[in-house]
Amino acid sequence: MYQEIILDHYRHPHHKGLRDEFGAEVHHVNPTCGDEVTLRVHLTDPRRGEDAMVRDVSYESAGCSISQASASVMADLVIGKSVGEALKVGDAFLELMQSKGAAEGDEDVLEDAVAFAGVSKFPARVKCALLSWMAFKDASAQALAADAVRQTKEDGQ
Amino acid sequence: MSLDVEGVRKDFPILERKVGDGRQLVYLDSAASSQKPRQVIDAMTDYYERHHSNVHRGVHALAEEATALYEGARDKVAAFINAPDRSEVIFTKNSSEALNLVASVLGWAGEPYGLGPGDRVVITQMEHHSNIVPWQLTTQRSGAELAWLNLTDDGRLDLSNLEQVIDEHTKVVSVVHVSNILGTVNPLDVIVRRAHDVGAIVVVDASQSAPHIPLDVQALGADFVAFTGHKMLGPTGIGVLWGRAELLNELPPFLGGGEMVGTVTMEGSTYAPIPHKYEAGTMPIAEAVGLGAAVDYLNALGMENVAAHEHEIVEYALQRLKSVEGLRIIGPQSAEAHGAAISFTLEVAGLGEIHPHDVGQVLDEQGIAVRVGQHCARPVCVRYGVPATTRASFSVYTTKAEIDVLVEGLEHVKRFFGA
Repeated sequence: MYQEIILDHYRHPHHKGLRDEFGAEVHHVNPTCGDEVTLRVHLTDPRRGEDAMVRDVSYESAGCSISQASASVMADLVIGKSVGEALKVGDAFLELMQSKGAAEGDEDVLEDAVAFAGVSKFPARVKCALLSWMAFKDASAQALAADAVRQTKEDGQ
Repeated sequence: MSLDVEGVRKDFPILERKVGDGRQLVYLDSAASSQKPRQVIDAMTDYYERHHSNVHRGVHALAEEATALYEGARDKVAAFINAPDRSEVIFTKNSSEALNLVASVLGWAGEPYGLGPGDRVVITQMEHHSNIVPWQLTTQRSGAELAWLNLTDDGRLDLSNLEQVIDEHTKVVSVVHVSNILGTVNPLDVIVRRAHDVGAIVVVDASQSAPHIPLDVQALGADFVAFTGHKMLGPTGIGVLWGRAELLNELPPFLGGGEMVGTVTMEGSTYAPIPHKYEAGTMPIAEAVGLGAAVDYLNALGMENVAAHEHEIVEYALQRLKSVEGLRIIGPQSAEAHGAAISFTLEVAGLGEIHPHDVGQVLDEQGIAVRVGQHCARPVCVRYGVPATTRASFSVYTTKAEIDVLVEGLEHVKRFFGA
């Protein structure tokens, strides 16, 4: 389960820390083990909806190695993609996590995240791996929604 | 006479198990649930193979045998806890149900026991969720106030404001005997005395004491005592509520159904005498028989011997765990008044604290079973500023060699995550 890639991301997380520019911020917790993440999403040109680009994902987190490493891998994967593409990668990761050890994951899509394949054999740990992905999904939806509200207001003026 | 641990271990088939890639199981999670000796498993198998029927209803041979076994288990439990009368022993599903029973009927009762606005219920910050949530529910419904005793830095109950917290409005004090997360053994005598001085009913959660130290409900002086079978070498699905007969007789029923009634008309019902007033529907008969066998097993070992053995293990484990660099014990640091569970956190240089889930997972790879998380005692974790802990807990079959394996395992955890 503890692939070297996972341990590397755990010891040296990428994109960690909260940065000032963001369209939405969310706080997600995993009550079974106390893992927590505060995550911000910054989109370029959010009025393009799911075609908007994820310019930055910044986060503060506390928890186990799996949840910490997963946040780092997730940020690597989604930054620079469109929201739609990023959510598709998220769906592929969710599928891998629900595979109960049966799937290996497509490395072309999931890159370092295929290292989590072994985690799917441990039901108690799947939530740890998914925490930051769920936070990203929530935050990107909120960032798009917030922008839509802003546009509606602007259009009304 | 002391405990022959190697002999005891032979009675527990599961301890021969290998886990993962052929590692010898080291089971240090008895506070979550103990393992079962062959004698308990055999008693339940024998019951199902030879004696099963519903109890108290039939006139045929099996019904009488099943009834005798079920009621025999009640006799064994009553003797085990030195209950003044066997009718004061109520079988429940577990400790949680026992505590919910008391909390509910005290919420529903009329004067003088019932709870209402202006009344106070006192618990402690050390309680398992099962001795917090039922009281939150009953105080929210009745309008009574919930108050609690806090914890000291060293994992004991803070009794410095005992008389303010247990004030003259207090009608119920519900307190854990031995903490499931910290291992602390609480000074119940002081609390019971104060509670009775103000006329409050005392409820004791003995889930973590009944399996480990001699439990004498008369010496304890409480009014209700709850514990569960599966932590004391018995099966899951069976727990016990002991209560004073005069209270059980006067308080309203909990669950309604078959067997708890006297006469039923379409307009209303009368209720059976205790204990059956509180045992609605078909009870877990085989599980009660199994619990009776567990009580026999513990009696044969002698609870004094069990307590002495586990105290020796706790003393050894505390000393060995303290030698692990970066390990911090959450709870009392000494073996004095320390039950058979030790919680801790683990730090490694350069990385900080290793999350208990990671500690538990890497120990599991070595065949070592511990519990990680908040142990259904989140307020304790919050009090000590930790998201979760790793807990090692012990029973009659725990050896010093297993503590050594744990300590070596923790060193491996540190090497594994250390960068």
